[in-house]
Formats: sequence, C-alpha cells, structure tokens
Amino acid sequence: MQLTAEQQAILDGAKGETMAKVMKTMVMYGDAFEAEKLVPITSDYNHLVTSFGLKVMSPVYDLMQQLLDAGVASGQKFSVDPRPIDKNVPANLLQNIVFNKLMYSKQDFYEGQLEKLGIMDKDAFTCTCYMDEVGNKPKKGDVLSWAESSAVVYANSVLGARCNRNSGIIDIMGSIVGYVPYFGLLTDEGRKATWVVRIETTKRPEAQLLGSAIGMKVMEDVPYIVGLDKWIGTELDDAACTYLKDFGAATASNGAVGLYHIENLTPEAKEQGTDLIVEGAKEYIIDDAELQRVKANYPVVWKNPDATPKLCFMGCPHMSLEQLKSWTDKVEAALKEYGNKKVVIPTVFTAAPKVLEEFNKTEYAERLKATGVITSYICPLMYMNNPLCKKMPVITSSNKLRTYTSARYYTDDEILVAITKGGK
Amino acid sequence: MREFKGRVVTPGTVTAEAVVTRQGFNTLASMQMALQFGDKKVKCGDQSNPDLYEKPLFNKALCLPQTIGSTTGGLVLYCACAMGRQPACMLFANHIDSLAAAGAVLADVWVDGVTMPVIDCLGDEFLEYVKDGMSITVKDDGTVVVD
Repeated sequence: MQLTAEQQAILDGAKGETMAKVMKTMVMYGDAFEAEKLVPITSDYNHLVTSFGLKVMSPVYDLMQQLLDAGVASGQKFSVDPRPIDKNVPANLLQNIVFNKLMYSKQDFYEGQLEKLGIMDKDAFTCTCYMDEVGNKPKKGDVLSWAESSAVVYANSVLGARCNRNSGIIDIMGSIVGYVPYFGLLTDEGRKATWVVRIETTKRPEAQLLGSAIGMKVMEDVPYIVGLDKWIGTELDDAACTYLKDFGAATASNGAVGLYHIENLTPEAKEQGTDLIVEGAKEYIIDDAELQRVKANYPVVWKNPDATPKLCFMGCPHMSLEQLKSWTDKVEAALKEYGNKKVVIPTVFTAAPKVLEEFNKTEYAERLKATGVITSYICPLMYMNNPLCKKMPVITSSNKLRTYTSARYYTDDEILVAITKGGK
Repeated sequence: MREFKGRVVTPGTVTAEAVVTRQGFNTLASMQMALQFGDKKVKCGDQSNPDLYEKPLFNKALCLPQTIGSTTGGLVLYCACAMGRQPACMLFANHIDSLAAAGAVLADVWVDGVTMPVIDCLGDEFLEYVKDGMSITVKDDGTVVVD
C-alpha cells in the first residue's frame, strides 16, 4: 500500500505507539484486499456497531481503554447501535438477573467509555442512525468508516455513500486515523452489479423475505434488482425508504450484501441504469414460489413448534416514524375486526430514542399505547441472545432477528393476525 | 492426501481436525452465545447452518467459503482469540471477506501470544474435497495439506 508521508509517519510512531498500532491495523486490513491507498473519511459522523456492555466482550473494552488512555480518541463524533436492555420490555425475575448481573454488567462502564470516545449524545443509540430524527445521515459520495450491516447497506444503497462492511473496532479505528483503505464498495468497480435479480411476483414481495432470498443467493455480491419499482415506486419517499431499510437488513444478515441497486429507484441505478451491470452477471428470478420456498426452509428451533408465542418483537432494524404510525392504524383496525381491545401476545415495537420522542408527540402514541403494544429503544437481538430467551417462543417479522436468535419469522400480515386475533 | 495453495492473510503453522461449512459462516450467530456462556468447546449456535450447528469450533480447522452476517463478526472473532477460544485456523475457499479480515488483523495486532493462521483463496475444489474430521496441516507459505 502506498502511504502518504503523514500516514507513514503515524505508522512509524510519530503520534505514539498506540496510534501506530491503530494505523498498522488499518494498513493490514487494507492489505488483505490489495488496497493501494488510504482515503480520507468525509462524513460528518461515524457509526459504531458495539453498543452493549456484554461481559464476554471484555477484550473490546480493554482495547477501548487502551485507546482512551493513550488519548487517541476520534475527532469525529458517532452514533452507536441500540442499548441491549430496557425495563419497559417484559422480562421475568430470572431474565432480569441474567441481563443485569451476568450479561450486561459492563453496560454502564462501556457507556462511560463511549461518552469519552465521542458519542453524539445520550440518545444516539440506534441501528437506524440515518433517520432524519437521529441526524447521522451521510451525503451521496461521502466516505464512511461505519459498521452495523443494516446501516452500511442502507448508506451505500439508498443514500449513495461509500462504505465497506467494516467490523466493529475497525469502525472506530478508521475514524481515529481519519482514513479507510480504498477497496471494495469504495471503488466504482466494486459498486458494479454481478447479479441481476428479476422480481416476477404477483404482489408486493415482503421486504424481509425478499432480502433474505437475495442475501442467501448472492452472498456478498452486488445485486441489480429489476421489477421492484413496480411495487414500491420510483421515488425514495418514506414508505420506500422504510421498505428498503428492512429489505437491506435482511440481505446483509442472511447474506453479506453491502450494496444493492434497485432499477429506477436507488441513486446510482437512476443515474447509471444497466451500465452498473458487469458483463456476464448471473441471474436470479424471484417469483411467488421462490419466496415460499425460501420461507418454508427456515428452521424452527422452538422446543415445541406449536407453542403459543410469549412475545412478539417488531423493529429489527428499528422502525421508522412512518412505520410506527402505519402499524398503529393496522393494529387498531385488526383488533376491531377480531373483537379485541388489546394485543393478545405481549408485543414490543422498537425504534430509535429520537424517533420515539417524535412519535410520542403525535396522537398515534396514545392510540398505540391503548392497544397494549409497548414501545422501546432496545436491540431485540441483544435482548434475545441468551439461553433463557432461546427457550422462549418469540415471533417476529424480522429476518435479521430470526437469523441470530430462536425467534420465528412470520410475514407482517401473519404477525398482525397473531397479535390481534384470538384470546377469546 | 491432497495439497492446496492459498494466500497467507495471517501467518502460522498448525495441525488440526477439520470442521467444514459449505455455506457462509455467520460469526455472531455461530460463536457469541458459546463465548458468552462459557462453552469451552465453542459449539456452533447458528441454527441456520446445518453443516456446523452444535459442532465444536474451538481448536478446529474451520474450513469455509467466507463469513457473513453482522458486522460484529470481526470483533467476535477478536474476542475469541483474546479469550483463547478461537479455531486453530481459518481456511477460506474464497477471498477473505472484510469481517473475517478484521478479526484476523485485530487479533494479530492487538492480542499477544495468539496464533490463528488464516489462509484464503484456496478455491472451490478445496471445499469440495475437505470433510469433517480430516486432518489439516497449515504451512507458513499458505500450503494446506488435507489428509
């Protein structure tokens, strides 16, 4: 890798031993991809994936402390993934002991470290930092050092920023040195599509199911998706952005997609069209039967597959304001249809603290509360990632949550029926 | 016995028993629960990976196409190395992905006394040939001997 004089000096220790190790990390990371150079980060803010004070992650906090002790914190402020615990979310005594005493006993300590390292503010905990209410929304062409797979794929695809699928720790190290290696999704070539995906369904495909199918098929490649604009339109309005948020999260967690192009919709696809597709790109056709096949193949790991669900999580990734409002309408209407006043399964809708703050200013908040749905800023994934929750029948329409936990996936429509029908 | 030649991402030599996944290895889904709750064998917790689910990963030669999923993947791998609970080596059929590369580099730069050789670009034929339980020897130059 060709370094500038300034970068080489840092690597040689001009800014201290710890900074030299940070630079060495970024150079070795780039070397693994034959990156020719480091390029400056241009976004206003960074985003980190590590938000949880999980005891097992002690090596991470030790490393963060090394950075703090050496005074090499980033000049760039950052948002970070959601907090793992919230007393609003139903938990029994044993779960509370496990969460607070065993698993997340380092939470306060780690949040103290995040404050010293430069978190934007005390509410900057969300996986959807790009929401207008949160304020970490990069511009088209910005170079980022972000982690969080769902945020990276959104930033690249919907906003047109440039970011590789960086791991936690690499995210902050790039920000500290101010440079990231130039490879993969930072390059024009790396943003070309090597798959053409044709949507031939008879109705609007479920975002998280479609994302799952594509993620599992293309893995880390870039897909160019044809025919989806028929269902979600040609403008990046709130509804389309919400759809793409959920779709992208599923492509990134069920596979390793960091960028997708939607014909006639996403910025680069609008500008460059089919010029984005490389010669010899592979093809994947998705029809109703293919989506059904993908869904039917999800394993059910509940001890009793017929168990009555004890909890429903919606909002992985965090819900948008538009989603909270539309789901309020849907839950109310379905409860009325089935003759119930409150949801029949304890249900948690999760969103960014600042999105919830805005939601709570609207008349929808009281209406949603009246249905019995709980709102929270929690990370459902972190809540469920323990043996106690593994034994608990939880349902979700998040394919990301399904992938990482024992939660069982249902479509949005199925979830709506499950939480509003029955109980009589 | 067959030899495969790959690219050295992080160097080292080791002999270990193979565990093989032919689908992407989801590092968070596979390792986090085991590390969190002190499973010394680090049995794979990824329900979506029938090749590896509930098989021990600690001290095994992990043969895989690439890693997938959460961007915590690299730091999970880094933590496994710092805790001395890592695979003996990681052998990629494809070019290494950014998450696995991060884990390997972080361990190499920031963890003292831990060696986890990482070799990539071993090719599809490598994954077609290698089976669970085979003996794997990794050499310094990126040669992988499968027996």
